[in-house]
Amino acid sequence: MRRIVIVGTGTGGTLVANRLRRALTPDDASIVCVDRDDDHLYQPGLLNVPFGRRTLSSLTRSRRAQLHPHIELVLGEVDTVDLEGRAVSLADGTALRYDALVVASGATLAPEETEGLTGPGWMERVFTFYSPAGAAALADAFARFSAGRLVVAVLDTPIKCPVAPLEFTFLAEDALRHRGVRDKVEITYVTPLDGAFTRPIASAHLSGLLAERGIGLVTALATASVDGAAGRLTGYDGRTVDFDLAVVVPVHNGAAFVTRSPGLGDALGFVTVDPKTLQVPGHPEVLALGDVTDLVTSKAGSVAHFEGDVVVENLIAALDGRPAPARFDGHTNCFLELGGGKALLIDFNNDVEPVPGHFPGPVGLPLLSPSRLDHLGKAAFESLYWHALLPGRPLPGISRDMPRRGKKLSMLHHPSTTGAHP
Amino acid sequence: MTTQTLAGVVVERDAEGFLIDPSLWTEAMAEAIAREEGITLTERHWEVVRFMRHAYETTGGGPNVRLLAKTSGIPVKELYSLFPKGPAKTAAKIAGIPKPHGCI
Repeated sequence: MRRIVIVGTGTGGTLVANRLRRALTPDDASIVCVDRDDDHLYQPGLLNVPFGRRTLSSLTRSRRAQLHPHIELVLGEVDTVDLEGRAVSLADGTALRYDALVVASGATLAPEETEGLTGPGWMERVFTFYSPAGAAALADAFARFSAGRLVVAVLDTPIKCPVAPLEFTFLAEDALRHRGVRDKVEITYVTPLDGAFTRPIASAHLSGLLAERGIGLVTALATASVDGAAGRLTGYDGRTVDFDLAVVVPVHNGAAFVTRSPGLGDALGFVTVDPKTLQVPGHPEVLALGDVTDLVTSKAGSVAHFEGDVVVENLIAALDGRPAPARFDGHTNCFLELGGGKALLIDFNNDVEPVPGHFPGPVGLPLLSPSRLDHLGKAAFESLYWHALLPGRPLPGISRDMPRRGKKLSMLHHPSTTGAHP
Repeated sequence: MTTQTLAGVVVERDAEGFLIDPSLWTEAMAEAIAREEGITLTERHWEVVRFMRHAYETTGGGPNVRLLAKTSGIPVKELYSLFPKGPAKTAAKIAGIPKPHGCI
């Protein structure tokens, strides 16, 4: 019998495992998932933890409980993948032979790679909400913060959910205003990008929203070091930004086992895949999705969701010795919280940057425009995540390929919005 | 896109100055592009430029700064002192390869 091994049971690994289980009978193939623990965290919810709106336990469920009963979950640490021998070795010596492999192990935070970041002041006046412990610790510090300089800094790219640090900034501004201390706090957003966001039209909209709220924007600053004791962040170009409270997004790596597995990926641990078929070059039976890939596409749950479709089709084709039939277009869909009960939705792919309009068609949720409806959409998504997305059921109105209907695509040809990106 | 003669060769460059066709690149062209960026190429610069060129030829793209540092062994700090306006971007431009993409 054929065996499919899936490394990682976050969003991508779980939904692919469940869809494969429905597509293939237990006599066709066995499915074995590997993860290091049994805690499946709803990562988008971490954004709410610093504001005391959610607890970590309410965001976490059993990984096993999200997987179809006829899927085996092995708890352990992956040591290496042997592409030639088609086997995954675990740290305890177990070898899992495979006919097809899916790598969905996510990205990891590497705060220790930024000089000074984990030194004095770390988790005292320098925090990250990207880790569960960091988000919980920040909740206490933010509740006490009532005056001074708040700096939100993305230290380097790529990062998971590129909109999350902006969302944190908007929500923090809103919370401080409601607390009546907004005039005593100076807020600055620091990014290594040339603007508030990666693509020009969305970047202009988001810069405007920051400016409206009196939030400073420092661009093109790649952070070299963070001095928590002195309250100072320094860029490689020598520029400095002083803070009383810093909320940073640490640099991200892929998975350590990838760096130990020849041919699987790069020195940072990201898996090298064909951007359309999601297969590892030269190994059609090995596919990757989600935050662990080296693709330029955003590292976001929606991306893992859309990639999941492609991975399932192409994996089954590889098992049957057929060429990969499915192609990924880079479709990404993100709700961005703005505070005050509003949010903004963006929907884009590798070729079409976020533009205004409606999603998924002319009658739908507003795009790139602050809206109450988008805020409600984001809140409603959590239930869909557990009950439809992870089990691998179709989500109403949401398709793998980016919808073009409803979008003001004419903006893409305007001279003021072209040229900054291919 | 503009067409110009660079170190004796007619080439097309995009709005930011990246070569449209990396196969036309020569070492003399690298010196000329570096001069536009205010950089006089030392042997250490060349190490990075050749590394970028090699990365492009083997993987089809240029690495970002952290990957460049990790694979070339030249620390990020030194890369920034060699190419102050952004090592991956500037070295890619001088090496005649496409602009390395950040995440979109």
